Amino acid sequence: MSSSPLAAPRSGTRTKQRSNFELYGWLFMRISGIVLVVLVLGHLFIMNILDGGVQRINFAFVAGRWASPFWQVWDLSMLWLAMLHGGNGMRTIINDYAERNQTRFWLKMLLYVSTAFIIVLGTLVIFTFDPNLG
Amino acid sequence: MASKTPVSLRALPIGTLYRGGEGMWTWVLQRITGVSVFFFLFVHVLDTALVRVSPEAYDLIIATYKTPIVNLLEVGLVGAVLYHALNGIRIILIDFWKRGPRVQRQMIWVVAGVWLVVMIPGTYYMMIHTIDALFGSTP
Repeated sequence: MSSSPLAAPRSGTRTKQRSNFELYGWLFMRISGIVLVVLVLGHLFIMNILDGGVQRINFAFVAGRWASPFWQVWDLSMLWLAMLHGGNGMRTIINDYAERNQTRFWLKMLLYVSTAFIIVLGTLVIFTFDPNLG
Repeated sequence: MASKTPVSLRALPIGTLYRGGEGMWTWVLQRITGVSVFFFLFVHVLDTALVRVSPEAYDLIIATYKTPIVNLLEVGLVGAVLYHALNGIRIILIDFWKRGPRVQRQMIWVVAGVWLVVMIPGTYYMMIHTIDALFGSTP
């Protein structure tokens, strides 16, 4: 519009709506973070300190816990939120420090594939757990 | 904008929250603890998945968690998670609480204080068995 020498190169660079992905990512880190404070610190307290701590944990202990839907939901939420929170944190770190395009791309692919694998594996373990195994 | 800045704030150099000073080191530590916990989480889901293989396989891997050295690593893990959680709450307060940015430095001391108050008895209770096994008189 104006006769500014900057007008020509600027025009047409913002034809597409910019994605709000990074904003939602930033917000997700804070919301999931608050939930994880309760889920993870509760988990660490129960598993490591309460009633003998790690010394009392074995297959029967896990079977007793996962007999209750409450702990199944607790562990499932913790798994998903922690992996997505951690995965998004790792994505940020790769974007910050991997300078070559190829390196950044392949590191993130490795991250996404391994994160998805762990989420799927953990979910299957919680849903298909068999207390009478063996 | 600049003319409206209170005199007391103008004394501070610009960008003190994350660039240089304590704010930068809390950020560095947030990244280091975050990456460490993420890698542990990875391994931890894999070892827990052994409950689908057999009770013996699971109990065997869990036995390593009960050894003195791994027990000490667990204290390190809890310390890392606790710092990450407390400093994470501090970051949320800086971003969403009106007075947050102004008291961010004081909040570092609150984080350090709460961390110590939880970790001192926490370390003791986490390691009772190991302390007893290594130095206790009970055979």
